[in-house]
Amino acid sequence: MANNGSSRAVGVGRVLIAVYAILALAATARSFVQIVGKFDVAPIAYLLSALAGVVYILATVALLRKGDAWYRVAWITIIFEFVGVITVGTLSVLDPVLFPSDTVWSVFGRGYVFIPFVLPILGMLWLYRRRPAAALPPAADSNDAR
Amino acid sequence: MIQWFEYVQVGVAIVAGLLCLVLGLAGRTPNDYTLGATVLVEILLIAQLVVAVIAPATGNLPTGSGLEFWVYLLSAVLIPPAAIFWALIDRNRWSTAILGVACLAVAVMLVRMGQIWFVQVA
Repeated sequence: MANNGSSRAVGVGRVLIAVYAILALAATARSFVQIVGKFDVAPIAYLLSALAGVVYILATVALLRKGDAWYRVAWITIIFEFVGVITVGTLSVLDPVLFPSDTVWSVFGRGYVFIPFVLPILGMLWLYRRRPAAALPPAADSNDAR
Repeated sequence: MIQWFEYVQVGVAIVAGLLCLVLGLAGRTPNDYTLGATVLVEILLIAQLVVAVIAPATGNLPTGSGLEFWVYLLSAVLIPPAAIFWALIDRNRWSTAILGVACLAVAVMLVRMGQIWFVQVA
């Protein structure tokens, strides 16, 4: 896996993917608890939590997989997350009643040490650095691949 | 949950996490120390699993949502083996750092589990 030019799973990107995987697990598990345990309290917020969880899973997979198609999926899912955390974060600050404090994206991901806010930014930077054209010469990233 | 055991467990997870993160950033591939520390975190989680099964029978019930507690605990139990698996198939400095990230994530989840069991602010 280490020296595959088309892959995103190289160098420090591995850590990024691992954090994505943990966040995917956290968001999905929490939305499971919310939907099973107290769905009636805030159905829209909890469904959004579940959607966010699924998108985090998809982003994790897309970052792990090779190829241009997965590269595009990675961009789409990460942009979706970024828009999500900005939108829900802003709305939850302006109108706390609309989003109860316990969704992944509420108050810019405060419940998750703001990782949901920081992660898409790091993800986009990483995707930009690993864009297919730039990723071809293995020498270009030799300084951080290992 | 037993309070002192939770504290010990969080402490071990933080120390193991920082150890792996520092050694990973220092360029070490996964070794007996970093993998061993992560295994220790996992063993303590399994002990916690046993404690959480037995404690309610002795009158030590979670003050918060049992469902939420169990989803946290079962998720946490999955994380170190996944990181160890990664470290075994992909041996480089970053998989050592991932062991660290996994242990620190477990520490955070344990703190949250402690809150669910002992403290209800809402």
